Amino acid sequence: MTAIAARMRFARTGSGRVGVTATLLLLALILIGPLVAPHDPAAIVGIPLQRPGSGFLLGTDGLGRDVLSRVLWGGRSIIALSVVATGLAYLVGLAIGLVAGYTRSLLDPVLMRAMDVLLAVPPLLFLLVLATGAGHSVVVLVLGVATVHVPSIARIVRAATQSVVVRGYVEAAVARGERTHSILAREILPNVLGTVLADAGIRLTGSILILASVNFLGLGLQPPRADWALMISENRGGITLQPWAVAAPALLIAFLTVAVNLVADAIARSLGTSLDRRRIAR
Amino acid sequence: MNVLSVDRLRLELVSGETVVDDVSFELAAGEALGLVGESGSGKTTTALALLGYCRPGVRVAAGTIEVAGERVTGRSETDLRRLRGRVISYVPQDPASALNPSVRVGEQVAGVLERHIPSSDVDRVVAETFALVQLPSSSEFRRRFPHQLSGGQQQRVAIAAALVCRPKVVVMDEPTTGLDVVTQANLLEQIAVLREELQLAIVYVSHDLAVVASLADRIMVMYAGSVVEDGPAAPLLARPTHPYTFGLLAAVPDPAEPRTLRSIPGVALGVDERPSGCCFAPRCPQRISACTEAVPPLLSVDDGRRVRCIEWRRTPALVAELRQVAARERAAPLLAVDGLRAEHAERGRRLVAASSVSFEVAPGECVALVGESGSGKTTIARCIAGLHEPAAGRVLLDGTPLASRAASRSRDARQRIQIVFQNPYDSLNPRHRVVDSIARPMRVLRGLSRREAAAEVAALLERVRLPAKLAQRFPSELSGGERQRVAIARALATKPDLLVCDEITSALDVSVQAAVLELLAELQIELGLALLLITHDLGVVASVADRVLVLERGVVCEHGLVVPLLSHPEHEYTRRLVAAAPTLVARR
Repeated sequence: MTAIAARMRFARTGSGRVGVTATLLLLALILIGPLVAPHDPAAIVGIPLQRPGSGFLLGTDGLGRDVLSRVLWGGRSIIALSVVATGLAYLVGLAIGLVAGYTRSLLDPVLMRAMDVLLAVPPLLFLLVLATGAGHSVVVLVLGVATVHVPSIARIVRAATQSVVVRGYVEAAVARGERTHSILAREILPNVLGTVLADAGIRLTGSILILASVNFLGLGLQPPRADWALMISENRGGITLQPWAVAAPALLIAFLTVAVNLVADAIARSLGTSLDRRRIAR
Repeated sequence: MNVLSVDRLRLELVSGETVVDDVSFELAAGEALGLVGESGSGKTTTALALLGYCRPGVRVAAGTIEVAGERVTGRSETDLRRLRGRVISYVPQDPASALNPSVRVGEQVAGVLERHIPSSDVDRVVAETFALVQLPSSSEFRRRFPHQLSGGQQQRVAIAAALVCRPKVVVMDEPTTGLDVVTQANLLEQIAVLREELQLAIVYVSHDLAVVASLADRIMVMYAGSVVEDGPAAPLLARPTHPYTFGLLAAVPDPAEPRTLRSIPGVALGVDERPSGCCFAPRCPQRISACTEAVPPLLSVDDGRRVRCIEWRRTPALVAELRQVAARERAAPLLAVDGLRAEHAERGRRLVAASSVSFEVAPGECVALVGESGSGKTTIARCIAGLHEPAAGRVLLDGTPLASRAASRSRDARQRIQIVFQNPYDSLNPRHRVVDSIARPMRVLRGLSRREAAAEVAALLERVRLPAKLAQRFPSELSGGERQRVAIARALATKPDLLVCDEITSALDVSVQAAVLELLAELQIELGLALLLITHDLGVVASVADRVLVLERGVVCEHGLVVPLLSHPEHEYTRRLVAAAPTLVARR
């Protein structure tokens, strides 16, 4: 209940409102974009690397496809994949971090050393091996990217949990005999959430970057699919002639990162406060 | 010859609100002034201003400060730096955070000296200063890091740093808060000696009247940013003229005089909610209509006493209401601790926190466990609450042995024993509203529905004398005293038979402490609640406990009824504790 209230309250602070608006705008763009795109994103419609103008609002890319149409189409896959991968990473990372931080048994070192092993493997190498072994499907890609994030999330959550378990309210819950899962969910999770949210935005950007590099290496989404990450890597070569083919998707990714960070910060700030605080102070 | 003079000092927030108003005093060499007030009274802000320092957002709006003939107000930061440490210096409250943990203590003290008197024989002067504050002056000791020293030694290092340039004035901000009583008593004695030897003028800031009483020649009491009363220490303590001073003195527990505490009604005000007239008027029992119209002037009474109250003649005389501690009939014990031994594992070693501790608590009785830090008292409380597994011994409730972990105890046992923790700032989940925090134990341990629990919360809040509107707030929106009451309400929510109170007032102001102790005494009588009070403060023990157990390094060294034990301690350790405990009675 507290969490729901918090969710409704966070959008009322200044930067929270900006973040929510920006996120909604971006969602609208990727949902409505394909409907209003002037051209088929995969069709070659003009001379390669044309600058904006002459019928193409953002110019054309290296093959002569319309950049605007590709931008309007290209948000879906990258945002969906990175959001799902990041979300999944948090789900697993939170669970591992909470359990490892709370338990005083051998489970903690076992879990954390396993995380260290994962952390030691270079992410791209890991994804390459994974893709080679398990195929190029989207599911493998998402699971792979999630796995890359899990160890660092688990470490942060574990550290945050350890500073919370010694608190009086956790002791009070232990003393009244609460079950472990309810202590984790009710007493600890809400108090590590602030720490966790602090890097959620950056981690989402991280997922986008990993996906982009994997795509670039030819393991993820395949051309001629329109995808912001793919677009950046495809059009790198022509950046001096036609910067917009790289700049447009890159700016949108940056916009997404900022929006998500604003929302995450606003949620973190709204935890444990009531909105009528100013009234109380009077 | 005055070395410090402050004239009509006024400090403001940048936004224009007054933080401290109309502070004037003079201090001669060798004289000590006690600056007393509760949190939010402006005492630390005033003390820092004496060094020409204002916290960000605060500025000197009016008035002058002069130290040893040098003007402090209106000078540049560069000029002030030449004065600080050399002419006037500062001893902070918490030496553990004031000393740089990665610099050797000798170097930290030497640094101050080198800054001001670079040509001096640094090594010799630092060694002398260490000896002056009774620290070993060997170079081995000076090469230690702060974490290698005890709390008392750290504070002595901080004092050494303040004295190394032999300043005229030292401002001490609660230097003994957080130290054990015996360490505190030693340090206070040392400060008195230094003051005599070096002819130091001392401004001693504290919330603890009893500590100030042992040191100060004069006392200045602050409330909500203004000086409400000031004058020579002994007469001020014996016959307060301001109703706030009176209230404060009635709220200070005293081990030498077991009496019923009286709290001041109402709560202290924030900077932005101060009334237009007398700042104490909303809580004052002798308020008249003129009080709320204009700020009363500081009136000179007699023998150098000044008071900011137009009705000061009506302030009643202090009368100690001595507690009647009736001897109880021996009832069957509610709680029995039998041969308890508790250990802590630290880096593979076993530290014994408590050994062969046995005692009983009868229904409705208040038993106090007293000891210094490290005496094992908190560990014993945790064993009783099922938070620490004892190495040996049993805890029995109504004659039935309890499992060592709370999770393995019966619901009934968990419901009947409740614990309230020391720190009100971390005993409530910051993410839960007050109503949820209090309702949770009812739902878990009494099986109430959400609605039934919520209905009882209002009654409980009233029980601990909090307004019902607080139910929807989060802990960060409450004061320390309010939080501790909520924590007590949460413990009462299960309708317990025994309340274990682990240092529950040590983080609170005196007047708030008095209110919480008053509440405990009330609950004990009205609900027949048994209390196990864990504390280091003999004054608290004297005001509420029936029986006392004194713990020394995990062993009960003496136990008995509160009055005979405190007035005629038998064991050597108890004697030392009682002798070290600050008291007001001796000064009257």
